[in-house]
Amino acid sequence: MSEMGEIKLLGAAASPFVNRVQFVLNLKSIKYEFMEEDFDNKSELLLTSNPVFKRVPVLIHSNKPPVCESLIIIDYLEETHPDVHKLLPSDPADRAVIRFWAYYIDNEFFPLYGRLRKTPDKEGKEALKKQIIERSQVLEKTFVKFSNGKPYFGGDDVGYLDVVLGCFLGWTKFVGNYNNFKILDEVRQWRNLKLF
Amino acid sequence: MADSVKLYGTVLSAYVSRAKMALNLKGIKYENIEEDLSNKSTDLLKYNPVHKKVPVLVHNGKPISESLVIVEYIDDAWKGVPILPQDPYQRAVARFLAKFIDEKCVPAIKAVGTNGDDHQAIAEACAQLQVLENELKVKGTKFFGGDNIGLVDIAADFIAYWHGIREEAAGVTFFTKDKFPKLTKWADDFVNCQAVKNTLPPREQMLGFYMKFFGKVNGM
Repeated sequence: MSEMGEIKLLGAAASPFVNRVQFVLNLKSIKYEFMEEDFDNKSELLLTSNPVFKRVPVLIHSNKPPVCESLIIIDYLEETHPDVHKLLPSDPADRAVIRFWAYYIDNEFFPLYGRLRKTPDKEGKEALKKQIIERSQVLEKTFVKFSNGKPYFGGDDVGYLDVVLGCFLGWTKFVGNYNNFKILDEVRQWRNLKLF
Repeated sequence: MADSVKLYGTVLSAYVSRAKMALNLKGIKYENIEEDLSNKSTDLLKYNPVHKKVPVLVHNGKPISESLVIVEYIDDAWKGVPILPQDPYQRAVARFLAKFIDEKCVPAIKAVGTNGDDHQAIAEACAQLQVLENELKVKGTKFFGGDNIGLVDIAADFIAYWHGIREEAAGVTFFTKDKFPKLTKWADDFVNCQAVKNTLPPREQMLGFYMKFFGKVNGM
C-alpha cells in the first residue's frame, strides 16, 4: 500500500462503475478518500486525469499518475494487493473465461439498460426488454456453472464477476418481475454484505 | 504431452491477426483453422456459442474468445517474450490504451467513409489518432511496448495495416506522414516485425474486400 501513497477515488455515488471499484477497495481493506463528481459540471481534476474518456471512476494516487476505467482499476488493485481477498483464480484459462464474461457484462448486457431508458417507442422498448431477458438467461446459466451450488460466481466468497455484475443488480429489479432468476438471489447477499 | 493449440479465424480479420501475433511472439506452434463466416463450422459454434465470432483459441480443449482476452491469456499461459509489462501500473496503462483503441480510436476511423468532405468525421478520427501520436512522442520508443512490440502495438494492428488499405479503397486519406510522423513510422516498423509479417492478409485480397465494402466494384 505504501507504494501507492494516498489513494483518492474520483467518482459518483450513483455510478455502478464507481461502486464496483468501491467494493474492491473495501474487500481489500484499502483506505481511500472518495471525491464526488458532478456529471453536469465535471471538475478540472477529472478532465485532466481522464482526458480521453472524461468519466469516472478514476483512481488517483499521491505518487503516480491516475488509473482510469473500472475494470482496469480493479485489475490494478488485484495485482498490487494480491494477498487480501483475491478476486481472480490462479489458472490462466479460468482467468481468461472470467475476463470474457466481464467483457460480456460491460458490452453486451448493461448497455441495454441505457438504451432501454433512451428508447421512446413502445415497440423498441419491448424488443430491448426481450434482449435483456435473453442475456440475463445467459448470465443465469453462467452463474449456475461458476457458482456450482455456492452463493457466488467466486464460489464461497465474492469474486471478480460478483463485483463486476453486482454493481448493476439494483437496475435489474424489473427483470425480476418477469422471471425468477437465481442470479437475483445475489441481491439479498449484497444487501447483507453492505459493501457500500 | 504436447500442447494442442488451435486458432479459429479468418485471414482478413485484424482481430484474428492479433491472436496470431501473440502466438508468434511466444513461438507457439498452432493449427490455424480458416472459417467461412457465411457457413460457420460446428466447432466454432460449439467453442463460442455466445458470440459465434472469430477469433477463438482452443488450448488443450479449452476455448478462449475475445481477441484481447486471448492475447492476455497467451501472455499468462506461456513464458517467453512478455506481451504485457511486468509492472502493475504499466500494465494498467497498456490495458487502458488497448481499450481506447477498440472503443474510441478505431470506431472513429471507421466512421470516415467515402465522403472526403465529411470534415467532422475526419477531424474526430484525427483527434483520436493524435492521442496515440502523443503517446509515442512522450515515450520516445520505437513501439508502444518499448524496443519490442507489446499489447498496445498488437491492439493497434488495424491502424498499422488495415487502415491504409481501407483509405485507398475509400479514396479518403488522413493518416499521413506530415500529420502523424511518429505513428506512420511506427506503422511501417510494426508491419515489418517478424512476429507480425505472416499474420497479415495479402494486400490485394484486403483491398478487394474494402472495394466491395464501399460498393466500388463495377461490373460484378
